[in-house]
Amino acid sequence: MTSPLLVELSRLQFALTAMYHFLFVPLTLGLSIMLAMMETVYVMTGRTIWRDMVKFWGVLFGINFALGVATGLTMEFQFGMNWAYYSHYVGDVFGAPLAIEGLMAFFLEATFVGLFFFGWERLSARAHLVVTWLVALGTNFSALWILIANGWMQNPVGSVFNPDTMRMEVTDFVAVIFNPVAQAKFVHTVSAGYVCGAVFVLGVSAFYMLRGRHVDLAKRSFVIASAFGIASSLSVIVLGDESGYAITDNQKMKLAAMEAMWETEPAPASFTAFGIPSMSDRTTHFAVHIPWVMGLIGTRSIDKEIPGIFELVHKAEGRIRNGLTAYDALEKLKVNHGDTAARASFDATSKDLGYALLLKRYIEDPRLANDDQIKQAAWSTVPEVPAIFFTFRLMVLCAFLLVAVFALSLWHTMRETQAPRWLLRMALIAMPLPWIAAEVGWFVAEFGRQPWIIEGTLPTFLATSELGIPDLLITILGFTVVYGVLAVIEVRLMLQAIAKGPAVGADIALPVGDRTRIRLAAVR
Amino acid sequence: MIDFLFNYETLRIVWWMLLGILLIGFAVTDGFDMGVGALLPFVAKTDIERRVAINTIGPVWEGNQVWFVLGGGAIFAAWPALYALSFSGFYLAMFLVLFAMILRPVAFKYRSKREDARWRSNWDWALFIGGAVPALVFGVAVGNALKGVPFHFSTDLRPSYEGTLFGLLNPVALYCGLVSLSMLVMHGAAWLAFKAEGPVADRARIIGGKAALAAAVLFAGGGVLVWLGLLGGYEVTSAIVWDGPSNPLGKTVIANANGWLRNFYATPALCLVPVLGIVAPLLAAAGFRARREGLTFLASKLGIFCIIATVGLAMFPIILPSSTNPGHSLAVFDASSSRATLRNMLIATVIFLPLVLAYTAWVYSVLWGKVSEASLRGAGSSAY
Repeated sequence: MTSPLLVELSRLQFALTAMYHFLFVPLTLGLSIMLAMMETVYVMTGRTIWRDMVKFWGVLFGINFALGVATGLTMEFQFGMNWAYYSHYVGDVFGAPLAIEGLMAFFLEATFVGLFFFGWERLSARAHLVVTWLVALGTNFSALWILIANGWMQNPVGSVFNPDTMRMEVTDFVAVIFNPVAQAKFVHTVSAGYVCGAVFVLGVSAFYMLRGRHVDLAKRSFVIASAFGIASSLSVIVLGDESGYAITDNQKMKLAAMEAMWETEPAPASFTAFGIPSMSDRTTHFAVHIPWVMGLIGTRSIDKEIPGIFELVHKAEGRIRNGLTAYDALEKLKVNHGDTAARASFDATSKDLGYALLLKRYIEDPRLANDDQIKQAAWSTVPEVPAIFFTFRLMVLCAFLLVAVFALSLWHTMRETQAPRWLLRMALIAMPLPWIAAEVGWFVAEFGRQPWIIEGTLPTFLATSELGIPDLLITILGFTVVYGVLAVIEVRLMLQAIAKGPAVGADIALPVGDRTRIRLAAVR
Repeated sequence: MIDFLFNYETLRIVWWMLLGILLIGFAVTDGFDMGVGALLPFVAKTDIERRVAINTIGPVWEGNQVWFVLGGGAIFAAWPALYALSFSGFYLAMFLVLFAMILRPVAFKYRSKREDARWRSNWDWALFIGGAVPALVFGVAVGNALKGVPFHFSTDLRPSYEGTLFGLLNPVALYCGLVSLSMLVMHGAAWLAFKAEGPVADRARIIGGKAALAAAVLFAGGGVLVWLGLLGGYEVTSAIVWDGPSNPLGKTVIANANGWLRNFYATPALCLVPVLGIVAPLLAAAGFRARREGLTFLASKLGIFCIIATVGLAMFPIILPSSTNPGHSLAVFDASSSRATLRNMLIATVIFLPLVLAYTAWVYSVLWGKVSEASLRGAGSSAY
């Protein structure tokens, strides 16, 4: 039995490295697209200021990209390093999208990003534009494949447990690719990345406009950022992740935890705007409800019920008992592969095998579990409700604030008035918001997935490597120090580059008609 | 034809070869980046010289590094048990590699952002570590794989590694580390001789010649170690079921001091590979001396190919032997993914790998030409 401390440390390390990696990824996603858009305007209009913009934002993109690449290395290998049993158990399914991500996405972005920086003099304007778009395409493909992998952890479709190899094996790879949870996550996550890019450009441009520096470049960037930002922030909200939350038991549990919804309500369910959920009392104190809203968000309908936590726990208990049959059959198959009765019994119940494994936290052989332990295991399928409840609200709050900032910015752009100073300050202050939203969003999705590492299939506490505690302490300390130092250097270099500003400060007056063209370009 | 291509036995052997191709692809592409990193303090003394060396790989190291990442992903997808065991077993060694390799992207990008001499020299050390440490550790890992690694599986196939970091640092494995270090230094020097101009290229020729000789001698010495039985050797003694389920508990394997020579005895023609593994570096050494840069670089590539292929051929069909429970060793026929995954991944590889090679070739052709102090002065901000 793996020690609980080892499991906690492994989770801590994964959270640290993944959340740190995700500080850089969304900005890469957003900025790469914005660079490609700006360069498209340059190639179409031939106005060099747009090339200067691509080069300037490209410098900041590069500083960020380097850390995204560096911290991505850790991600590719730490499943094997820290989650060896997970890697064995699901590598047949989970490994494939990761490998395809390398083949299809990483090669594309990494091969062409060198030319993006080094190719200005060696390529024609059009060829360089193609290179920039290929970098953007590569980063977005990478998001697609990693979210197909992640989506499978949330909704393990197209696969089955094979008792001969003691692992999950793929039965329908097309189903893995077109997993609805994965698709919802992809759209939601790349949109969030675009918001990061937009806010970054908006904020830095606002800073220049407040200081009256590089105003031409800043104004144009501000236009692009506000148009791109409103589109992507609305997309984040409208195409929110929740659309995938009606599909599986664990996703439903996550939804119930986000809402701190203990009892099933008649459809359409109300939305809990505020409250203090309590795990020990199993209720939400001081709840303020808004009728109908939750049903609409969660099911996109007014007649479908959203199950509450009590109902889901009851269901989990049934699945644990069913899973025990599978576990028993599997133990028989381990001794005798030819036992046809056991195989038939296993095939009938194997989808609930993971539920029986939940009991391993309380007893070595789940078949010997008593009723109390089964009830305890069923309740262990409930994640930390208060943590999910509040972080979800924080994410939503950030998203709505961002929509407001982008809407106001766009409003002033459309009216061709100078954005007022308070709005510019607001754009500057709003810069951390999408990162906060992205990090807590990751937390809601992955912490809300607990106790599962693969929903319904493998509990997190069984999935680690058999490492010593000192090993983990060394690497956690090591990553913290290296990442910490690099973060300080990165932020300093960013600030230095922003303070220095674009290399060519083209302070040409805007000719008549140019504004409309910019606006069109921004909308495109 | 399709049936033959997609039967489990063929798929497993194809993926064993692709595993080799990935490792070789990594060594011949990112290998010269690591070699340049390891050589940086020795071939380049002034800032402009260092910039020449760095800019020979500046635009391409990032794409090359993807071979490393893809190696991780492909092993995960095609050989999940190997992915699980090797990276958790070599845990701290792997952390060391990651630590070194994390420094590289940042060092390349950030070094040029400030003129300050201390700043730049710190990043130069980061590039040195990022090149030399992985080059050494990868060889140590191969040495341990040859010797056998202490691990076993539970009946649930939960892997347990019983060794320590210091257990990995045994003399024989360190010797293999020197083979890979000299091999990649040769490769980095061959690249610098090919791509750089001026004193950097001159120094690279001198060091490269020595490294190539060292690679040839050390690799030949490795052959002697195998022959003396010091580098381990294992042999599958039960009947091999090529299309059976991927469960490593169903076979018997014994330690056999001659185990790694068996394939060469059985098929003497295979000896061509290790022989070329010695001849090609010697050819590279001669090429450095004769200033035939293109030829030197090709010979260096061939040498790396043959040295890595020799290891694979010697161990086939074993991939990672267990020293404590030899029966639990990972083999080509019982450590792969399912047939469906191998097939899906093969289709993806057949589509994307040629595409990758094609656009990579295009990028190299765009960047064709030597990097010199003069070319850097003209490049402005389009260079590190």
